[in-house]
Amino acid sequence: MAPRKTASTSSRKTAAKPAKKDFTGGTIADFSKEDDLKAYREMLLIRRFEEKAGQLYGMGFIGGFCHLYIGQEAVVVGMQLALKEGDQVITGYRDHGHMLACGMSARGVMAELTGRRGGLSKGKGGSMHMFSKEKHFYGGHGIVGAQVSLGTGLAFANKYRGNDNVSLAYFGDGAANQGQVYESFNMAALWKLPVIYIIENNRYAMGTAVSRASAQTDFSQRGASFNIPGFQVDGMDVRAVKAAADEAVEHCRSGKGPIILEMQTYRYRGHSMSDPAKYRSKDEVQKMRSEHDPIEQVRARLLENKWASEDDLKQIDKDVRDIVADSADFAQADPEPDASELYTDILL
Amino acid sequence: MPIEILMPALSPTMEEGTLSKWVKNEGDTVKSGDVIAEIETDKATMEVEAVDEGVIGKILIPAGTEGVKVNTAIAVLLQDGESADAMAAPKAAEKQAEAAAPKVEEAEKPTEQGSASAPVPAAPKGEIAADPDIPAGTEMVPTTVREALRDAMAEEMRRDDDVFVMGEEVAEYQGAYKITQGLLQEFGARRVIDTPITEHGFAGVGVGAAMTGLKPIVEFMTFNFAMQAIDQIINSAAKTLYMSGGQMGAPIVFRGPNGAAARVAAQHSQCYAAWYSHIPGLKVVMPYTAADAKGLLKAAIRDPNPVIFLENEILYGQSFDVPKMDDFVLPIGKARVHKKGNDATVVSFGIGMTYAIKAIAELEKDGIDVELIDLRTIRPMDLPTIIESVRKTGRLVVVEEGYPQSSVGTEIATRVMQQAFDYLDAPILTIAGKDVPMPYAANLEKLALPNVGEVVQAVKTVCYK
Repeated sequence: MAPRKTASTSSRKTAAKPAKKDFTGGTIADFSKEDDLKAYREMLLIRRFEEKAGQLYGMGFIGGFCHLYIGQEAVVVGMQLALKEGDQVITGYRDHGHMLACGMSARGVMAELTGRRGGLSKGKGGSMHMFSKEKHFYGGHGIVGAQVSLGTGLAFANKYRGNDNVSLAYFGDGAANQGQVYESFNMAALWKLPVIYIIENNRYAMGTAVSRASAQTDFSQRGASFNIPGFQVDGMDVRAVKAAADEAVEHCRSGKGPIILEMQTYRYRGHSMSDPAKYRSKDEVQKMRSEHDPIEQVRARLLENKWASEDDLKQIDKDVRDIVADSADFAQADPEPDASELYTDILL
Repeated sequence: MPIEILMPALSPTMEEGTLSKWVKNEGDTVKSGDVIAEIETDKATMEVEAVDEGVIGKILIPAGTEGVKVNTAIAVLLQDGESADAMAAPKAAEKQAEAAAPKVEEAEKPTEQGSASAPVPAAPKGEIAADPDIPAGTEMVPTTVREALRDAMAEEMRRDDDVFVMGEEVAEYQGAYKITQGLLQEFGARRVIDTPITEHGFAGVGVGAAMTGLKPIVEFMTFNFAMQAIDQIINSAAKTLYMSGGQMGAPIVFRGPNGAAARVAAQHSQCYAAWYSHIPGLKVVMPYTAADAKGLLKAAIRDPNPVIFLENEILYGQSFDVPKMDDFVLPIGKARVHKKGNDATVVSFGIGMTYAIKAIAELEKDGIDVELIDLRTIRPMDLPTIIESVRKTGRLVVVEEGYPQSSVGTEIATRVMQQAFDYLDAPILTIAGKDVPMPYAANLEKLALPNVGEVVQAVKTVCYK
């Protein structure tokens, strides 16, 4: 597959809408060999991990809800490349990719999915509720939109403490219609809180296409009435995400207040495991997969630039598969939590 | 080793389905993410995607087969260099799940629901310290509940820079009910923060800040408005410690006036004591006196858990003695015996105490000596103090302003019945607000609230007098 220069997604607007002149948006970060290799490996880890999670779900090892991030990998991987120690991340229920990108262990995440004691929440949280104080990951929230207020609170804490860390609050095009999102926008703008609102627009809120649920489908403009600058970013191109992330992080760190990044992305799988995805055509999904896949883009670039050989990539593939296989083995062999855990961690 | 592709479950409840169509055929090469088949249940049709790469060696279940059990091998995938001849005859039933994880025979399957043969562990019983001793000769200073609450916040804010207060009108306006009077002047706008009228949002901001270790005091102008924020209080503040396996919680206080004030009608007049007391992960405090308000609010601010602190507008202006001590902190979860007595026990809390105090004074005239317990904390509930009293008196009346169904009183009645049945000499009676939205008209409002006469009558009834 030929590498695309800008990787713009055909049916969507890709030009950034500069609400403020000092933010360009829409640019493509200059990736070194190391950047591309890192991005490739991290995105592949999420992809393979999610595929395995889907398989374990199918086998009955994972219960309840399980929302896969397949297709959206470039968003979190690109954002993460722009962060520094102490920056916080919070998201909704489609959270496995964010956790892996934050450096949380594949074993810990997978064992939480299977409800085992070695899971990140000791098996008490499940797919939608995982946290890591060490990695500054604040969940994993099952209530659509709640993480936006909470993430604004993380930014509030940074400002209160006088540090220059930023908070990344991820939410979807569906959550973008929740009331508390706008309550949060208002406070964040009023108090100039260092928060990046990342709207992962994967075009469907569960089964509802954005045009059926949103009066304004340009999500980057959702902060307009609070004077929050916002930009549309090609969320399938990790370099575009990184470029936007760099600018957004700089904007926040320098005390200019919140910023919105609408990541135009796509989820290949259903909303959750039990979603037959009848609300969109197979062609649509196939087109995204074959023409805009975030991992294939990097792969093609690595090969074209001769930054990696097929064999090199196979080795990365194998390393990633080993990590995922190890996490799956662990997550099936690890015991369930001890019954005594029922009544722990309710109060300190 | 050839990999078996298994019939997947689409949901935790799916047990079997129809293999409606093969998209790939024997001999086809597949890679991760390729759709290989379609399966159907009564609810949906789903695509089966390949997880591993390889060549479809053999299709074991033909298209159109109904009733294929979950985890049955439906095809065999060959890896590089493997031939179909080398395939061992798959014994699907025995080798279920092996494909995904070679070590699966060691794997523990999750416990099935319903096979709960393991005994449920007992809920832990925390020991709660007694009130601190107030040294003899300590000066007692008449203080309003309003001042006591303000003093508690100011003392804790002086002590700990992580403590801040946020809410509507808490700063420049000095508090809608003047509870935060003077705090802005002393601590500045960084720590005394006026919010927009946006309860859901600022409750979430407070919880988020608390998750990082700050100790917010979130003031609701009244707890009626906290209904807008109740998701953040319950789903975020109360549950995070558990959902994170103990990694992070929310050391936050939600405080403000609760219950009926006067003539503010249905939407501004209800008691949330029972509501919040339902939730594991919360502590719920509802003081009556100024001393308790001060000592318990200080405790609430220091507590590493989310605390709901229910005040009352009518009590704000009432004055009580507060000991003049450097650091007067009371234990959350401990009831206070307001007056000792032998003939009957009355339990109340918050403004309910005002009815109870007047009632026991009247009853005393009739020679009935009531023991009055001020519960102070609704959750965790100090049942031992109540039981101890009931074992002495054999009679119990609970008084509160909230609605009667699923009330704090009915909770106490149930637990006393279960734990001290043999000591009871009469049915437990509960006095509560009437089962109606609060009316506006003065006469109806009076009827809707509990009254002293009802309490007097209830105590007489349990005493058979």
